[in-house]
Amino acid sequence: MDFSFSPDEEQFRQEVRDFIAREVPPGLETGVGGFVESEDEWQFARGMTKKLAAKGWLSMAWPKEYGGQDAHMKSVILSEEMNYLGAPGLDFGGVGMLAPALMAHGTEEQKKRFLPGIASGDVLWCQGWSEPGAGSDLPSLTTRAVEDCDDFVINGQKVWTSHAQHANWCFLLVKTDPDAEPKHRGISFLLVDFKTPGITISPLITMADERAFSEVFYDNVRVPKENLVGEKNRGWRVAMIAAGFERSGIYRIALARRNVDRLIQYAKEPQPDGIVPARDPLVRQNLADLYIEGEISRILAYRVAWQQAQGLQPEWEASMARLFGCEFQQHVAHTGMEIMGLYGLLRENSKWANTECKMARQSLLAVGATIAAGTSEVQRNAIAMRGLGLPRG
Amino acid sequence: MDLDFTEEQDMLRNSARDFLSTECDKAMVRQIEESEEGYSPEIWRKMAELGWQGLLIPEEYDGMGMGLMDLVVIFEEIGRNILPSPFLVTVALGTPPIVEAGSEEQKKEILPRVSSGEAILTLALTEPSVGYTADCVELEAEDRGDSFVLNGTKLFVEFASASDYMVVVARTKSGGDPEDGITLLLVDSKSPGIKIEPFATTGMDKQCEVVFDNVSVPKANIIGELDKGWPIVAKTLEKATVAKCAEMVGGMQAVLDMSVAYAKERVQYGRPIGSFQAIQHMLADMYLRVETSKNILYQAAWMVSEGLPAAEKVAIAKGWCNEAYKKVTEDGVEVHGAIGTARDHDMGLYYRRSKAADPTFGDTESQRELVAQQLGL
Repeated sequence: MDFSFSPDEEQFRQEVRDFIAREVPPGLETGVGGFVESEDEWQFARGMTKKLAAKGWLSMAWPKEYGGQDAHMKSVILSEEMNYLGAPGLDFGGVGMLAPALMAHGTEEQKKRFLPGIASGDVLWCQGWSEPGAGSDLPSLTTRAVEDCDDFVINGQKVWTSHAQHANWCFLLVKTDPDAEPKHRGISFLLVDFKTPGITISPLITMADERAFSEVFYDNVRVPKENLVGEKNRGWRVAMIAAGFERSGIYRIALARRNVDRLIQYAKEPQPDGIVPARDPLVRQNLADLYIEGEISRILAYRVAWQQAQGLQPEWEASMARLFGCEFQQHVAHTGMEIMGLYGLLRENSKWANTECKMARQSLLAVGATIAAGTSEVQRNAIAMRGLGLPRG
Repeated sequence: MDLDFTEEQDMLRNSARDFLSTECDKAMVRQIEESEEGYSPEIWRKMAELGWQGLLIPEEYDGMGMGLMDLVVIFEEIGRNILPSPFLVTVALGTPPIVEAGSEEQKKEILPRVSSGEAILTLALTEPSVGYTADCVELEAEDRGDSFVLNGTKLFVEFASASDYMVVVARTKSGGDPEDGITLLLVDSKSPGIKIEPFATTGMDKQCEVVFDNVSVPKANIIGELDKGWPIVAKTLEKATVAKCAEMVGGMQAVLDMSVAYAKERVQYGRPIGSFQAIQHMLADMYLRVETSKNILYQAAWMVSEGLPAAEKVAIAKGWCNEAYKKVTEDGVEVHGAIGTARDHDMGLYYRRSKAADPTFGDTESQRELVAQQLGL
């Protein structure tokens, strides 16, 4: 076994750090998944995406034949460093989900039409999958697409669509055969230009005041049939490719580790009450425990990344990395709040708020970690059934 | 990065698994546990024929000259099958100080006999204060010119009763830095003045009290340098902790395998209990604990074997494995229901070992404190 990165990978990590130090102004930080606060920050994030694209980093995990570098491990390093340092600009929906699905199932024309805009960072894609009645049970989605001449006509509602308000296009899962059993055999994968008439976007603000999500309503939206990816009623296979390209979840772990390191720093310094938290044995135990979980999360994520870089398709391993990473993120936020006590409750711009340890915000962001993109319960189901071969209930 | 075992290591694992399941079934485990020796001299001989005792010993001393990752493989299988024996104390506690710091005479005299299975070694480190830090070492070695005279008590010396030699961690200088003034002495376990008393314990692992009453040890038996023994102990403990974690991980895997198999066949309410989500999620969490433990153990073992600074990672691994092994065995019993608590059921063999493994080489709290110190807290 060898747990080290190659000299080339280590050099790349340093290059990324230097790039971030150069490009990102101090104080600017993104939350989970690169979410930003204001319109100004959003514009800055888009600028960063273009810079990443210009360096060839944005799509570096793609195969060489599509303009990538086959550099899966480096792309994980990029994500780890960007998220640890809170730098915005990585694009997950287009680069990490749609593009691999297009490469596997798209027509030559679709690839030529859509991949360049993703690689250059010019076209922003959002993911239209979840619905009010279809969360963990995604195949039960009911947004309907009916064929009409050269088009599909879409009616229905999506929810939790990330960055819908900024997106140019959406990759959408629709029901094309409502009677199909099993249900996932009646789903198709469509590409929708968000300028198409009939689309209404309504913001869905989280308790952390994140303005990243929306409800999206489709009212007789016409999508040309040439925008169908893969076969009609076989969109589930396309969706699985989209969901399976990057499974390490390193971004979440990096962000949580950043918070652990800040808590450690916080605990070493005298607080306004004169007390140095690190002198408390319980604080020492709790911080060590968080650090331990962080190191384990990281190695689980690296293993998944390494397997993917070998061309393997980790299944339960990825579910484990995700499950453990999400619960780690929440553990950090909860313990951080406990260590900081009343000061931990202060929002960022409060007079007495700690400028480094933003636990009030982290605890509100973390609450959704075990839900988004596959709940912890769904991960445990997958581990039990696929990993351990237990019978279906 | 390469996160797979080598083909040779896979072969080593398979042969170890075959050997242990053939030679040491659970009836044999119970028989050995109840025996006075606490190990089977016959199995011990066969292990030596396979070269296990000499795994970390250089070839010039009749060893195999293999690495720590190879040892991890063996210990995982030992933990999985369960093999009551002085294997860990011999190869991971008693032998490393001699390999690392012993004189040529000591190496020539002792190591080939370890490799051949003739000599059993152990490390006499802990005392009634029970700690794995230098300040806990009080046993005094008084300088008498050509020799030292030992007076005091070592406690929880595993398999002292079976040992031919003990590497005794003694204090030769007090005051000042507790890590300064510790000397390692190679002591014949049959020396006059030594009284060894094994105790019945949860792990049935022959934990002994060793009382030294005016025990004379020639100065030629110093391992390494006078007063400078602690770094050798610290390095040895890293290896031994890795070995212990590997044994624990093997035990966890066995408990998981047994529990999954049982959940698939045990029927209640007309269906296998493994089809109930409550049981599935418990087993998923057990699996997660096994895999997290493996991953952090392998990383720690790799760092130790590469000679990298590994104190933090080893502490992380032990702290994590402690809690994981206990929880996996507790849940394993729960999945089995009442039968899992029976004395004749195998779950108890693992449950008892999970409790015994926890404080050995440092419990979870002490490992977390080590990590906290490494973080500058």
